[in-house]
Amino acid sequence: MYNRGWVIAGIIFFAALVAFPVYWHAITPDAPFPELEFPLKEKQCVESGEYMRTNHMRLLDAWRTAVVRDNLFIYTSSNGKGFEMNLYRTCLKCHTSRERFCMPCHEYNGVTLPCWDCHVADAETKGGAS
Amino acid sequence: MNVTRRRFLFSAAASSLSVMAVPGPCRAFDLPGKMSPAAGAMKAKRWGMVVDMSRCSSECAGDCITACHTIHNVPSIPGEEHEVMWLFFEPYKNAFPEQSRGLKEPGKGKYLLLCNHCDDPPCVRACPTQATFKRKSDGIVMMDYHRCIGCRFCMAACPYGSRSFNFRDPRPFIKEITPDFPTRRKGVVEKCNFCQERLETGRPPACVEACREGVLTFGDLDDPESEVSRILARRPHMRRKPGLGTSPSVFYVL
Repeated sequence: MYNRGWVIAGIIFFAALVAFPVYWHAITPDAPFPELEFPLKEKQCVESGEYMRTNHMRLLDAWRTAVVRDNLFIYTSSNGKGFEMNLYRTCLKCHTSRERFCMPCHEYNGVTLPCWDCHVADAETKGGAS
Repeated sequence: MNVTRRRFLFSAAASSLSVMAVPGPCRAFDLPGKMSPAAGAMKAKRWGMVVDMSRCSSECAGDCITACHTIHNVPSIPGEEHEVMWLFFEPYKNAFPEQSRGLKEPGKGKYLLLCNHCDDPPCVRACPTQATFKRKSDGIVMMDYHRCIGCRFCMAACPYGSRSFNFRDPRPFIKEITPDFPTRRKGVVEKCNFCQERLETGRPPACVEACREGVLTFGDLDDPESEVSRILARRPHMRRKPGLGTSPSVFYVL
């Protein structure tokens, strides 16, 4: 092999560069999980906290389809409690702040949240432009 | 290598078949709870509306539009180019171009127009994403704004001009946002939804409630006992562009 030293050094350098995220993650401490503001009055969400943490997006998606397409409006959860399938009147009634509940976690996980392009969070009701 | 062409083709076909046999990740999501219709909802087989233009005066004109546009967060964008309308006025010659004679025209002033919620809606056929669809349960032509990709095929297909496109972000053009109804975003089409969200809570559409002169009557076209059916049985009426065969659910009494 010609220029053996340079080639091997180059391969090692390239590998180190590509693997940068791996060892950088290993040597730096994890970013702290953001503080979320949970509702004070209500202890139980539509379903259990564990379920909501993993499946809230699927639940909301299923609610949307049911309300818009199938004329269904009431969700009876697995513990028998009835809820109106409505983001504003049900979810936001307890989770009053998207800035302190939705956004920190979504930003932490790098997941974009297009809900607020159309749906209205309380803070925006006055004054048009938001 | 002793691979014949035939063996190579056989093994390629077999391996592509085996890839297809692996079940995909697509699966319907099952919720742990149950979903049901609202108890106090207004129900009908096919919702329809009668617009009695002989009663519509200039005093009240526009109140119904304001009521509709306020509760649905319809932006008031100045100029015709980008304007968004759910309920609007047009002169007779625009509302009924086929019947327009260019002479003295029936009724006075302008005609109240909205989405006709056609029995055979051309917008639904045109929509490539099924964002626009006709609900089987009550005949309302609905939109799922989440699915709209803004291609505007529906606007080209609609013969009534009932649809508007959000060429720009509508939010700065809404004076006061009504929070329990979403706004739209830039790049989606919107139109009248026969106040589907009010029917679910047992209330008639906002325009019908705001009308003080009995111009608008809302009811079930499939029920011969309903108010709309009785008006239609009694009085001569017309629909917009009947020759197109879309069969609108909005009727005009002159």
